Amino acid sequence: MSETSTRLDVLKTYKLYVGGKFPRSESGRVYEVTDSNGQWLANAPLGTRKDTRDAVLAARAAVKGWSGTTAYNRGQVLYRVAEMLQGRREQFSAEVAAAENIGAKKATALVDAAIDRWVWYAGWTDKVAQIAGNGNPVAGPFFNLSVPEPSGVVGVVAPQAGYGHSFLGLVSVIAPAIATGNTVVVAAAADAPLPALSLGEVLATSDLPGGVVNIISGRTEDIAPTLASHQDVNGLDLTGAIASDGSGAAAGLEASAADTLKRVIRPELDPFAQDWTDAPGTDRLLSFLETKTVWHPIGI
Amino acid sequence: MAKNTKKAEEPVRKSGLFEYAPAPESPAAAGDIATSYGHFIGGEFVDSSGSEALKTVNPATEQVLAEFAQGTEEDVDRAVAAARRAFTDWSALPGSERAKYLFRIARIIQERSRELAVLESIDNGKPIRETRDVDLPLVAAHFFYYAGWADKLDFAGYGSNPRPLGVAGQVIPWNFPLLMLAWKIAPALATGNTVVLKPAETTPLTALRFAEICRQAGLPKGVVNIVTGDGRTGAALTSHPDVNKVAFTGSTPVGRAIAKQLAGTRKKLSLELGGKAANIVFDDAPIDQAVEGIVNGIFFNQGHVCCAGSRLLVQESVQDEVLDALKRRMDTLRVGDPLDKNTDIGAINSAAQLARITELTAAGEAEGAERWSPSCDLPGTGFWFKPTLFTGVSQAHRIAREEIFGPVLSVLTFRTPAEAVEKANNTPYGLSAGVWTEKGSRILWMANQLKAGVVWANTFNKFDPTSPFGGYKESGYGREGGRHGLEAYLDV
Repeated sequence: MSETSTRLDVLKTYKLYVGGKFPRSESGRVYEVTDSNGQWLANAPLGTRKDTRDAVLAARAAVKGWSGTTAYNRGQVLYRVAEMLQGRREQFSAEVAAAENIGAKKATALVDAAIDRWVWYAGWTDKVAQIAGNGNPVAGPFFNLSVPEPSGVVGVVAPQAGYGHSFLGLVSVIAPAIATGNTVVVAAAADAPLPALSLGEVLATSDLPGGVVNIISGRTEDIAPTLASHQDVNGLDLTGAIASDGSGAAAGLEASAADTLKRVIRPELDPFAQDWTDAPGTDRLLSFLETKTVWHPIGI
Repeated sequence: MAKNTKKAEEPVRKSGLFEYAPAPESPAAAGDIATSYGHFIGGEFVDSSGSEALKTVNPATEQVLAEFAQGTEEDVDRAVAAARRAFTDWSALPGSERAKYLFRIARIIQERSRELAVLESIDNGKPIRETRDVDLPLVAAHFFYYAGWADKLDFAGYGSNPRPLGVAGQVIPWNFPLLMLAWKIAPALATGNTVVLKPAETTPLTALRFAEICRQAGLPKGVVNIVTGDGRTGAALTSHPDVNKVAFTGSTPVGRAIAKQLAGTRKKLSLELGGKAANIVFDDAPIDQAVEGIVNGIFFNQGHVCCAGSRLLVQESVQDEVLDALKRRMDTLRVGDPLDKNTDIGAINSAAQLARITELTAAGEAEGAERWSPSCDLPGTGFWFKPTLFTGVSQAHRIAREEIFGPVLSVLTFRTPAEAVEKANNTPYGLSAGVWTEKGSRILWMANQLKAGVVWANTFNKFDPTSPFGGYKESGYGREGGRHGLEAYLDV
């Protein structure tokens, strides 16, 4: 958006990413996204509760195929996401710089870290069963094996704060959930949704089946409670639910999730202090897994 | 017992010519049961701060066994404080020393297992055959298994220095009083936590006897605390601000309430809740073995089992054959005195539970399912329920959807493996499932498709301390047993 150019920029109409498609919001409304100086960047779709429910339907429909594909194949797809992001590095750097009010160099470093994070999780898909699974030496003539399986549909309140939250943080919560075969519906950071909405465009061209990742921008207080109370959501990542009160607050959402006994990731005590460049570890990878133990007698 | 003279006149059982003679275990083996019990706090048996007392009855005779304290908030407070005080030293103790305490406890349980088995049968109503051959060996095995972990936590896969959480508040049900105690206490102590445990209000006696074992083992004071009482005591414990971890086994509604209660806190929570397991029998299954598995799946422990195979899904082509064999087998089940070593099915744990089973089976009939039970005499006093079979059950029936927690089996049919999976998974629960077929590839396919934390193939209701146990969906979260069971008590 150079001031001196006589050429007028072609602006992008940002859209939701649901079921592998790019719908406008059911609300027919948008909201202004600005940089930290209040400068208008773009309009983002004002995703609604209905959009969120549609996204959960899409995510549910995708569970069977995605969890049923081989771990090797899921790894290939996640690596493909990294490949596709690499080619769009500049675009994401610009969006992250604007979203988080940081310089181009820092923004680029965050995008690079996000790309590397996809690579890290791509490598995990076919190893997680080996570190989380078990052959169990039971006291009797039985073959007994514990294997991890995905929980199903995971609702994610994307990070709203912390260094690198708008993109690296977003990738850090999406990638581990889908690496293990879950599908996700993500409430993007309300004030900085543009990198998330652009990520949808990358995912759509990364061999990722439609519905595996669904991205909704809008008011967290509309989207998060819908995810928390939804009967067909199995897990809830409340990392970005940082408001201390109101319908988007973590405690209320966790209480709502208890109705269906969702698996919940609670936010850090101080999410603003979170540095998303920290090494991720395996916590998020293991949070939305179930352990299934299979028994069979041994005999002739 | 004056009935002995009538023996010659008793009719010959349908099941065979030769009737088993009574083979009663001696109630005296249970040891002395006090007339009233307080709590076990800080290594001492203490009186409750309140005056309310509850009674625990022998469900087979309805006789009051003992009075015990209804734990007050103040009692819970004292117990948590004792556990907190003990935590500093206990968590600092080398794992190898903690291990030795747990090994000691395991050994004492083995030494005293007859006493504990008889006491469990008297307080719970379950047959002595099960307490003696299943519960007690598993209880000891759990302490042995986790004893060995105490000094090997660095190798458990949770990082090089996994830390305990602090004070664990544990609430357990009445169906396996000692076994659930072992599942909770053994991993908690191995990982360096201290505990306050609340046993169920109908079965507090073996937990209080376990407190004596802790004393015999010389366990430091306050490491294990037992507070008795009903749901009010449990709620005081799970909501106590100085508890760092809550572990609950019980019904899904209560688990849901606890999860709600803990929302917004930093307390770690593990839940083992209800189930409505499908036991799936294919046409190529060995029918006799499958029937044994079906019987074990639903009539073990009077069906008071969260992972009981309460929905029989039988392939349509073998339905008649399976049901005929099942009814023949059910005819031989012996219902009665839990202390008789030949008893298969003991007493229902409480009047309240009997009422619930009665209500749900009545609903089954009212909704059009066909009810069948073998003809057997039930004792005049006590809480009893005949093993019961429902055929013509549809997926919408309450008896196919709600957990009955009694000796009641609902039979549904299917034609294809895909239909079996569809029906098996059509429940908010996801604790366990059974598959009976001779085809290995089909077993593995079914095991993959079933949304259940435990899948028993060509067997059912098998447990082992090395083997993680726990549910999907609304059957709760977290696993107990095995390496996975450590995670619930570690800061990871």
